[in-house]
Amino acid sequence: MSVTERELELGHQFEDLEQQTEAYTVGMWVFLVTEVLFFGALFMAYIVYRSMYPQDFFAASGELDIALGGLNTAILITSSLTMALAVRSAMLDRWKAQIGYILATMGFAFAFLVIKYFEYSSKFEHHLFPGEHFDFKGENGEHAEMFFSLYFAMTGLHGIHVLVGILIMVALVYRTWRMRAQRQDYIPIELTGLYWHFVDIVWIFLYPLLYLIGPLGSGKG
Amino acid sequence: MSHTDAPKGTDYLHADYSIKSWLLTLDHKRIAILYLITISLFLAIGGSMALIIRMELLTPEGDLLMSDTYNKAFTVHGVTLIFFFLIPSIPAVLGNFLIPLMIGARDVAFPRLNLLSWYVFTTGGTLGVIALVVGGVDTGWTFYTPYSTSFSNTAVVTAVFAVFFAGFASIMTGLNFIVTIHKMRAPGLTWSRLPLFIWAQYATSVIMVLGTPVIAITLLLIAAEKTLRIGIFDPALGGDPILFQHLFWFYSHPAVYIMILPSMGVISELIACFSRKRIFGYEFVAYSSIAIAVLGFVVWGHHMFVSGQSMYAGMVFSVLSFLVSIPSAVKIFNWIATMHKGQIRLDSPMLYALGFIGLFTIGGLTGLFLAVMGLDIHVHDTYFVVAHFHYIMVGGAILGFFGGIHFWWPKITGRLYPEILGKLSAVLIFIGFNFTFLPQFIAGYLGMPRRTHSYSEEFQVLNVLSSAGASILASGTIIAVAYLLWSLWYGEKAGRNPWNAKGLEWETSTPPPTTNFERTPTVTEEAYAYGPDDESGEVNNERD
Repeated sequence: MSVTERELELGHQFEDLEQQTEAYTVGMWVFLVTEVLFFGALFMAYIVYRSMYPQDFFAASGELDIALGGLNTAILITSSLTMALAVRSAMLDRWKAQIGYILATMGFAFAFLVIKYFEYSSKFEHHLFPGEHFDFKGENGEHAEMFFSLYFAMTGLHGIHVLVGILIMVALVYRTWRMRAQRQDYIPIELTGLYWHFVDIVWIFLYPLLYLIGPLGSGKG
Repeated sequence: MSHTDAPKGTDYLHADYSIKSWLLTLDHKRIAILYLITISLFLAIGGSMALIIRMELLTPEGDLLMSDTYNKAFTVHGVTLIFFFLIPSIPAVLGNFLIPLMIGARDVAFPRLNLLSWYVFTTGGTLGVIALVVGGVDTGWTFYTPYSTSFSNTAVVTAVFAVFFAGFASIMTGLNFIVTIHKMRAPGLTWSRLPLFIWAQYATSVIMVLGTPVIAITLLLIAAEKTLRIGIFDPALGGDPILFQHLFWFYSHPAVYIMILPSMGVISELIACFSRKRIFGYEFVAYSSIAIAVLGFVVWGHHMFVSGQSMYAGMVFSVLSFLVSIPSAVKIFNWIATMHKGQIRLDSPMLYALGFIGLFTIGGLTGLFLAVMGLDIHVHDTYFVVAHFHYIMVGGAILGFFGGIHFWWPKITGRLYPEILGKLSAVLIFIGFNFTFLPQFIAGYLGMPRRTHSYSEEFQVLNVLSSAGASILASGTIIAVAYLLWSLWYGEKAGRNPWNAKGLEWETSTPPPTTNFERTPTVTEEAYAYGPDDESGEVNNERD
């Protein structure tokens, strides 16, 4: 990379690229801390209500589709792999591979949302979305509506994060393509990677807490 | 602004005059000015509501406002002044302007994020004013469930989204400051040489970053409950409204420290400068900011002593609340020790600083009363509580803000304000404030409940005193706004360092150039190197 290209990428507020890289990295980690607390309140609510209504949560969780949830878990974990490979390609200056891996990650993210869409529709059809039409038919379902309130709040918020991830990746593909002729700063893709792994980890917690606490998940199905 | 003799491009104010150059600026100093203008409008809205409330309370009967209008009025007052004025006040205005200057940086770490935060904040604020003033919200600033979710038919959803936006802006500011203070300091500027204002801003930013996401998601859940019927707090589904209170106060108690810590940072600067002494016990004052931020996160339950939370939880929260008084007292004692044998000059910023020390002490001590569970049950939801937190938020936070604005006004605008009027307004505000809120302690202790538009006749004398005080407080504020605006055009031009103060922000020209410093400064000494050789403290107002 020539000196002028380096300067082009350096923000006016920074002394050198090293300072810029460190600032962006610290900034991203601080942002992830805020995200942890953002989801944290919902996890807190989950802890409170599950300890108050363990039977209802057990019964209600049985209504979730473990297979689709499991498939989505596999998809997200694989997308984290392709994202990590995209970061590595960026470090090695392989822009074509980088774009390929980002597109693959986007594909997995999209597949995740499509599966989520089918799961949500079936919950609507079975009157499991909270509100006037909510109707839980199983036993011990007095507080099942609370479980589904949490289910939709938590997976909904997570879904929004997946969607935002896709939008960021669109911008990244465009940026990588536009600057394909020159050596690129890998910080944007690395930070996107951090975000994406965070989205992945949240799901890793959501899946067992929501899907695997029911009759099927506990092996009593 | 007058620009007769300042050639274009010499400083940040005169770099470019177009509207676009302001609305799309990435310069932290201009963004600070944008914030100052915006929050001043919110101060005016919230302040006028206070006056309407005080007019209603002149008489025991509810005659000026109907009860539901009164509910909406105090909600406007609380929501605008807390979320749209006090929380952004010092960080977004003085912090934005001063942090890069004080640490010898050209800008904050993320200038675009900084500008975005202003747009998000302004969107939220505008939405909030529309919801509160046009639509009306009657929940109070606390949005307690199940009233807000199941019963109130007012514009709650719009209001919580407005606060959500303001919270987002607050997170952006906090994140920006943390990274800036960690990574952008000039060579030689170690943590132990940082001005105490920076320490205070750092502690504040940590609270913003850790606390705000929790209130953000909690408010979204209120909106989800009202619109989507996702009822996390809905008792009909087995939801627990106390959980809402826990989540709400997990942010909203530390939010008090978001308001007061930056003020404490300002006061440290003022006391050192106007006593011409290095701050006494620098390390203790610095670490006490961090201690307040940390302890602030574990005391929220003292807002819920009568909510039905476990008695043992109440006892723990009570003890922890007492602990917060230790770092707060450390600051007060160190400021007083700094003044001891100092060469004190009573310029207007110092008057605000002295006012802060007195009023914050009263606010803090009455806070200890409220941390005692038995006493809290007696005065809960009375004017005693109202008086207590106004001593912290107005007597503490706003006095610190005004003091800071007066101290750095010459640096920000390049103009001096008339000192005699500055002193007058500082004294009026101090007197008016005490007349307004001291009687409320008595009324509250005798049992006058808050949030009602009528009260028993025995409280009328105290309420008339309070309303009269409010008019003095308002006059003092209006005088200050008037001469500060006047000074923009007619004030005497300020030199590089009109207070003869120490600190990097005084070493660059006035107003500072867009890039802050011609070359990055190197720091070789500790903060507040006030010494015997500059004891004269003369106003050095030469133009550079």
